[in-house]
Amino acid sequence: MADLTRYDSLLEALGDTPLVGLRRLSPRWDAAAGEAPHVRLWAKLEDRNPTGSIKDRPALRMIEDAEARGLLVPGATILEPTSGNTGISLAMAALLKGYQMICVMPENTSIERRQLLELYGAKIIFSPAEGGSNTAVAHAKALAAEHPDWVMLYQYGNPANAAAHYEVTGPEIVADLPEITHFVAGLGTTGTLMGVGRFLREQVPGVAIVAAEPRYGVGVYALRTIDEGFIPELYDPDVLTTRYSVGSFDALARTRELVQIEGIFAGISTGAILHAALGMAAKAVKAGERADIVFTVCDAGWKYLSTGAYAGSLDEAEEALEGQLWA
Amino acid sequence: MTVTVSVPTILRSHTGGEKRVTATGDTLQAVISDLESNYSGISERLLDDGKLQRFVNVYVNDEDVRFSGGLDTEVADGDSVTILPAVAGG
Repeated sequence: MADLTRYDSLLEALGDTPLVGLRRLSPRWDAAAGEAPHVRLWAKLEDRNPTGSIKDRPALRMIEDAEARGLLVPGATILEPTSGNTGISLAMAALLKGYQMICVMPENTSIERRQLLELYGAKIIFSPAEGGSNTAVAHAKALAAEHPDWVMLYQYGNPANAAAHYEVTGPEIVADLPEITHFVAGLGTTGTLMGVGRFLREQVPGVAIVAAEPRYGVGVYALRTIDEGFIPELYDPDVLTTRYSVGSFDALARTRELVQIEGIFAGISTGAILHAALGMAAKAVKAGERADIVFTVCDAGWKYLSTGAYAGSLDEAEEALEGQLWA
Repeated sequence: MTVTVSVPTILRSHTGGEKRVTATGDTLQAVISDLESNYSGISERLLDDGKLQRFVNVYVNDEDVRFSGGLDTEVADGDSVTILPAVAGG
């Protein structure tokens, strides 16, 4: 008999997300005897989490960790810089657990993210579009210094972020697909890649850990000086095999292929990740090597419908996304 | 080898506002030296003590050069070199 899928709280309905084979997008799903080995893509559907994104895992873990350490007490205020999904996850948990939630979010994020945060009762402090999340992080750090009673969980440097993936997401993947050869995920806080990557390196000899980093329009990179650049404290490049930058056109094209060919309606960052995963698949085909490539579907497309990503030509969609933070 | 180099806004003061320029060389190191010969001062913005500056990311055909040989990364005719400041996600 299968495990129960009944939970006492939405907070407990976390993880155990499906791993789904892409029989049509994979370059060689079936390999006949005597032919080159299979090259398969597998999508881990992280949109099947309580608020619909992979960020539920680190967000809930960071809250539980702060509670255990006595940092979060009933009625406390949580502050977090976020481009959206982490804020949405934290806001839902804060609502159910009785905390106040304040997000510092760049103003160039989709209207759906703002509406969801407000529905969950979060207060949003907008940071300027220029500099994207870097600016939001700097602004949140300044606010935290002014309000020492607020608790900033700080997803970019909180070990609980990567621990959620090391202890749970990674083992889920290995349980479903012990023969995994590649893991491809988005590079934002770096928590997913650091956590899952470390676990897989311990469990699966030779596994490749591949980062797909969104490449936005120029405004997001409009820092005043290079020294305003930002590298999350969690980031350890030694965990990665390689790292790709994926622009919005390629991300959009892959996002649409994923829904039109495989039926998976994903957000735009997932398109960027799929682009890198298909690059790995093409290399495996060329080398005549078996590949079982797992990539993350970080969230579904619902929160991005207003961006124009899913309608009209790809050129129109790319133009509509210019200046937006789409990952 | 001639490559196309995408220059971020923050460094366009060196390229007269141009967002894409061409440069020649067999390695990224040589490409940066060639850039410097045409756009004085740009190499010291990119390099620190002979290595890539911490907050500068460089991609050859979209792959981060820190994983493909750093400044010794080889480039081929028609390759694209993208320079970006390090930004956060999440």
